[in-house]
Amino acid sequence: MEIVRPQSHRNLFSSNDAVSVPSLPLYRSAPPLEVRLEDFESFAIDRLRVLKGISDGLSRGKKPEEMEKLVKELWKVNMRHQHASEVLNKDIISHFVLRLVYCRTEDLRKWFLSMECALFRYRFRFLTPEAQRAVMDNFDLTCRAVNNVEFESIKEKLGQVARSMGQPSPTVDAIFYKVPFEEVPELVAGRKVFISQGYAYVAMNQVVSLVATLFRSQLSKTLILTNRKWTSSIREQEKHRLTPIVEALSSSYLGPDFSQPREYAEISLKDIDQVAKSSFPLCMRHLFDKLKEDHHLKHGGRMQLGLFLKGVGLNLEDALAFWRAEFSKKVGLEKFEKDYSYNIRHNYGKEGKRTDYTPYSCQKIISSTPGAGDQHGCPYRHFSEENLRAALSRMGVNSRAMEDVMDKVRNRHYQLACTLTFEALHGMTCDAGINHPNQYFSDSQKILQPKKDSSAQNLVTARE
Amino acid sequence: MIPQQQSDFDHNYLKPYYGKLFPFADIFKWMTYGHDGKHPGCDQSYFGRREFSFTLKGDFYLRFQSFNNALELENSIKEKCPLKIDIGPVYTVDPAKRHAYAQGDNNVFAPVERELIFDIDMTDYDDVRYCCRGADVCLNCWPLMTIAIKVIDASLRDDFGFNHILWVYSGRRGVHCWVCDGKARRLTNEQRASIADYYRVYKGNENSHKKVSLMGAALHPFLATSYTNVLKDYFEKILLTSQNLLATEERYEKILSMIPDESIASELRGKWQDSRRSSSAKEDINVVRWEQCKQLLQSGKHKAQGLRRCVEEIVFFFTYPRLDMEVSKHMNHLLKAPFCVHPKTGRVCVPIDPNQCDDFDPTTVPTLFQLLEELNNEGSRADVNGAEWNGTSLGNAIALFRTSFLEPLQKACKEEIERSYNLKLQQSKNSVGW
Repeated sequence: MEIVRPQSHRNLFSSNDAVSVPSLPLYRSAPPLEVRLEDFESFAIDRLRVLKGISDGLSRGKKPEEMEKLVKELWKVNMRHQHASEVLNKDIISHFVLRLVYCRTEDLRKWFLSMECALFRYRFRFLTPEAQRAVMDNFDLTCRAVNNVEFESIKEKLGQVARSMGQPSPTVDAIFYKVPFEEVPELVAGRKVFISQGYAYVAMNQVVSLVATLFRSQLSKTLILTNRKWTSSIREQEKHRLTPIVEALSSSYLGPDFSQPREYAEISLKDIDQVAKSSFPLCMRHLFDKLKEDHHLKHGGRMQLGLFLKGVGLNLEDALAFWRAEFSKKVGLEKFEKDYSYNIRHNYGKEGKRTDYTPYSCQKIISSTPGAGDQHGCPYRHFSEENLRAALSRMGVNSRAMEDVMDKVRNRHYQLACTLTFEALHGMTCDAGINHPNQYFSDSQKILQPKKDSSAQNLVTARE
Repeated sequence: MIPQQQSDFDHNYLKPYYGKLFPFADIFKWMTYGHDGKHPGCDQSYFGRREFSFTLKGDFYLRFQSFNNALELENSIKEKCPLKIDIGPVYTVDPAKRHAYAQGDNNVFAPVERELIFDIDMTDYDDVRYCCRGADVCLNCWPLMTIAIKVIDASLRDDFGFNHILWVYSGRRGVHCWVCDGKARRLTNEQRASIADYYRVYKGNENSHKKVSLMGAALHPFLATSYTNVLKDYFEKILLTSQNLLATEERYEKILSMIPDESIASELRGKWQDSRRSSSAKEDINVVRWEQCKQLLQSGKHKAQGLRRCVEEIVFFFTYPRLDMEVSKHMNHLLKAPFCVHPKTGRVCVPIDPNQCDDFDPTTVPTLFQLLEELNNEGSRADVNGAEWNGTSLGNAIALFRTSFLEPLQKACKEEIERSYNLKLQQSKNSVGW
């Protein structure tokens, strides 16, 4: 890809993906195109709007059908071009620019990989069957279709799998692909495929998952290579031209991740009991209460609550004191120091590879899988109805709001349920919706303590 | 419940244990996976990049221990006498030098290979066994572990195509599984998590409801096979009776609470509340009641949704393996090495033959005291290689480790090394110029 000055405006055409058929580029290699400097930046920003929109949608817990609509809309709005023939080039160029931007740290790579894969997945769904097969050809998949003889021998098992998912047994002309099970982790995890001797038999309607995994692993590898090239040569070579643009782009659009606690939300050890009652979301309140009750939490709970506390501003020293006070009641001081304090320091980036871990978002917590003895997870999702009702009424949710909340839960809108709880308890609407426990906390504190040292005078009026 | 015997353990006896019994050479052979330097294709750095960790007396914990050869491993263990030896992953570089490689965001110190491991612990079954609780195990609840071994072992081989699988007694209340195929060692965290999820059936905890939910018109072939080949028989022929699952009101209520149809539950309750007076002492009461329960649930009279799989759900709830998901999901998770001695019981972590796991008896596993006594009685009878375990009860365990696991594994590893070496030679011959 050659970057040219604005004056010389020449567009070359020779990408290795056909322009006539609406297809999905696989971004395997940078195409021999010339790009104007201003397009370099603006194309990237447009694509970033799409990726950021996807990120937002996911963290709000949007369901697949809603995400599909969202992606379609985002792509239509942001990725068009006045010359129809340029649309594909914009797609490719913007991807490659963002690769440069997002290859530079592990966190950036992780985010970019997730969003590009989600984007790829949804766009793949919109393709015509021929276009889908073209993509599959690119990944050498069509040759792995199961032949008739093999199909006959496993037909019954394939039928069992289909029926276990509430689908009809496959007909004689159904196409299945035989791939190593490593390539379809999602399908394996959900027991949605028949597996035998290390191979998974993937149905046509599951191919998205397969293609997405292959795309992901391909992109993951290339990002590492791009990073090496960036560090070893590009960054220096482009010091005065592209590098400043690249560096500016990455910091612009990521939402707050609560890794830096806000000033007014800083809490100390003596405040915890009080703010737990007033400003913790249900998930954290439950963990907190269980910790006080049992003087213990399993690993998942320690992570979820511990990182949350870090996000609300509890410093390492206070965190150690907090956990020590509880755990030592059950396991004793010595064992706490030996077995548990290391992990707390680890969470604050003071041990091991010194990653400063970020508090979990609602999306992450909702998708966790608490097992026997665990107390973490999202109560709106993981609690039975009675247990949830009991927990909510302990928090002080009135019976009318309770019904609204339970209605949301039944329809699996867990974050909306949490938002309604927030609104019921604070007497205020929360328009943005809850998508992060630390957001719940800071929004709550904003209402309950509008200024650090003010009295309660300017508390907003109740909703009813 | 068989009371936990006085712990057969004393830290001082670890010295002679490591001195004369612990099979260092075998552990080393295992961990090198064929990279013993005898073939030009061997990776000389491989063993040195493996992490070991030691738990010492006084709860001192030494992580990131690594060794260049068998002698270093042996000397370090003999010198430090660890209470527990854990095995970690193989890293990109020697763990002892990790700090030199951790540069900010781009962490070059990372795990590259690690066995696929599983940890099954009896405490996770406390809600389905009445004979013991917590750390205790007895012959009445041990079948739960036998079931786990059978179900998981069969699936690892038949479904995932793995061949080199080692099952080990954890020394007290569970079993560990090490899947050592090259394919398994190179799995990513995501792939490990997907396998763990594939095996996950029991969901939830004290906060949520019904913990086994088998939807759909049919069971996935893996679940169906497990049910037919293992779960059903163990439930009906062993656990029903040994755990008295339906004998008392408290216990049968637990099962009745799993039936979503209240009319069926009350019909059964009605039958059972009076049947103390029932005559037939020939058949076990649990078996009789289970038959009655099955009849009603499978009669088809009540075709309600959720009833379809009720019988299976109950059986799964009481028998299906419960794995510790966290252990399997991450490459850097440490796991106790085989042949360690459990400090709470004094028992050696011996291998279990999955093909004979019905015969495994945790109460007769050799203990530290027992072995040292055997050594003393036999006098010194070191064999050709200086190994003294031959005359002791440990001999069988080590023989099993070698014949059923280590030897086939080494053969396969050598073949793999040779194959990839030849491939590389071929490729370098084929590539011309640039």
